[in-house]
Amino acid sequence: MTTIPFYRRKETKLVLRYVIALALVVIFVFPIYWLFAISFKTPGEIFAFPPVWYPKSIQFNNYAVLFKDGDAKTVGNSLVLASLSTVFAMILGTIAAYSLVRFKTGGENLALWIISQRMIPPVAIVFPVFLLYVWLSWVDTYIGLIILYTSFSLPYVIWMMRGYIEDIPLELEESALIDGCSRREVLWKVVFPMVRAGLFATAVFTFVFSWNDFLFALVLTRTEVATYTVQVTHYFGGQSNFWSKIAAMSVLGTIPVFITVATLQRFLVRGISMGAVKG
Amino acid sequence: MPAIAHPDRNFKYWLISPAIFLLLLIGLFPLIFSLVVSFMRISMLETDRSFAGPVNFVQLFHDARLWQSLAHTALIIVIALPVELLLGLAMAYLFLDTMPGRQILISLLVLPTIISPIVAGATWRLLFDNRYGPINQILGWFAGHPVAALWTVNPRLVYPAIIFCEIWQWTPFMFLILLAALSNVDRSLTEAAEIDGARFWRSFRYIVLPAIWPVMSIAILIRGLDLFRIFDIIWALTAGGPGTMTETISVYAYVQGFQQFETSYMAAIAFLVIALLTVIVTFAVRRMGLAK
Repeated sequence: MTTIPFYRRKETKLVLRYVIALALVVIFVFPIYWLFAISFKTPGEIFAFPPVWYPKSIQFNNYAVLFKDGDAKTVGNSLVLASLSTVFAMILGTIAAYSLVRFKTGGENLALWIISQRMIPPVAIVFPVFLLYVWLSWVDTYIGLIILYTSFSLPYVIWMMRGYIEDIPLELEESALIDGCSRREVLWKVVFPMVRAGLFATAVFTFVFSWNDFLFALVLTRTEVATYTVQVTHYFGGQSNFWSKIAAMSVLGTIPVFITVATLQRFLVRGISMGAVKG
Repeated sequence: MPAIAHPDRNFKYWLISPAIFLLLLIGLFPLIFSLVVSFMRISMLETDRSFAGPVNFVQLFHDARLWQSLAHTALIIVIALPVELLLGLAMAYLFLDTMPGRQILISLLVLPTIISPIVAGATWRLLFDNRYGPINQILGWFAGHPVAALWTVNPRLVYPAIIFCEIWQWTPFMFLILLAALSNVDRSLTEAAEIDGARFWRSFRYIVLPAIWPVMSIAILIRGLDLFRIFDIIWALTAGGPGTMTETISVYAYVQGFQQFETSYMAAIAFLVIALLTVIVTFAVRRMGLAK
């Protein structure tokens, strides 16, 4: 009966895997837990030694301060910039991808040039963009940042949407054309509905990229459209940090992304690997 | 009902022109502008704007701080990338089979990857605090005496601190991609190999690895490129310090351009970075067989 030794039994393996899995989850989630915990702590709890592992009571004073001082407005700025630029990038990128796929516009070279744009490190272009924006009076304006994020997202959107559009059977579009649809109607009535899942998946990541940007916002915003990532760094001090503000602002800036990703989670994998994994 | 507003011939150009315009405005224009500036003598502290020839490019080769910043960047890549890859792969294997609550556990593990890098850096700044942070406290339990390590200041600890944060944030990214790739591998092949007596690493080497390589290579490329321009985490944790000890190429370029106002020199650095990236990526794409 017991020819299989204890340590090779299926149940033992499962228990072992489970223990390791839980340990990993604790390790990876603990920093985020700590961030949330600090945001609810009182100053006394934050600066307790040894550290207090959980706040005695949930109190929202650290958040209230951010709203009272108007710092919380930066989360709103991030929200406006990231969502509007995502919408624009999705529309412009999808129709451009359609042009690349269906009409082979510009051939393979144009497609490669577009994707190569994503390789450019932000630090290499942020300065000339800054000078351009000074000249256009676009520094610290919504339009400036939205255009910047839109164009910075475009290569990714075009690359991803190209993959999804290639999967649409050509016959579907042809029959729509025969039925008397114009090219434009085919695009709106056939192509867009067919790639809806792909649009969502790509939009999540486009949103997260723009949301997470720090360098462009650091250089190109002052006070009017400062994003929350810039605001967080204002609380760093050489000797002491504004712990409660760092934590509360970080949580405020993290929640919208968690919600977005949680809602559209099933699309995550293909988007994260730039289309390398189908499904 | 033929299309009148946009005849088919021009339709394709109508579709792509807005995107191309934006890419030229924010992508190509800055590059050309940078190239011109890099041959000039512009510095915001002086009025001289004359043509300087390749002076700035020559200076690149004599700038020890620049080459150190490249070495720092390389150091972070060489350690973080393999660790993220191997740890991610091991975790993907761990979660490959079913277990209770698998989906929830995976979702929790992926959380670090979606928070902003600047927040990741800020979080670890708080965790690493020598007195009020939990890390020294936990280390103290194991050491048996209080630990007061200055993670973001002590020259021997800053790199471990940065790399810890980096690995924490991006291993889940590798994990998620490799989990998807492994799930697509035909299980009957590896099971058949195991019945034939093949050891784990042999079936991995000859069956699994070739199957997941296309996905894995893209993941390595994406992470490699991101690590090359690493900025946010370092800015939040050490801002390049102590001194210039953790200055990466992006941090150095930023400091030159926006704190020392050496406009032309920063443009030259930017071009060096782009040239290096182009060479590395071309080489990587060839070696990894991504060119198809």
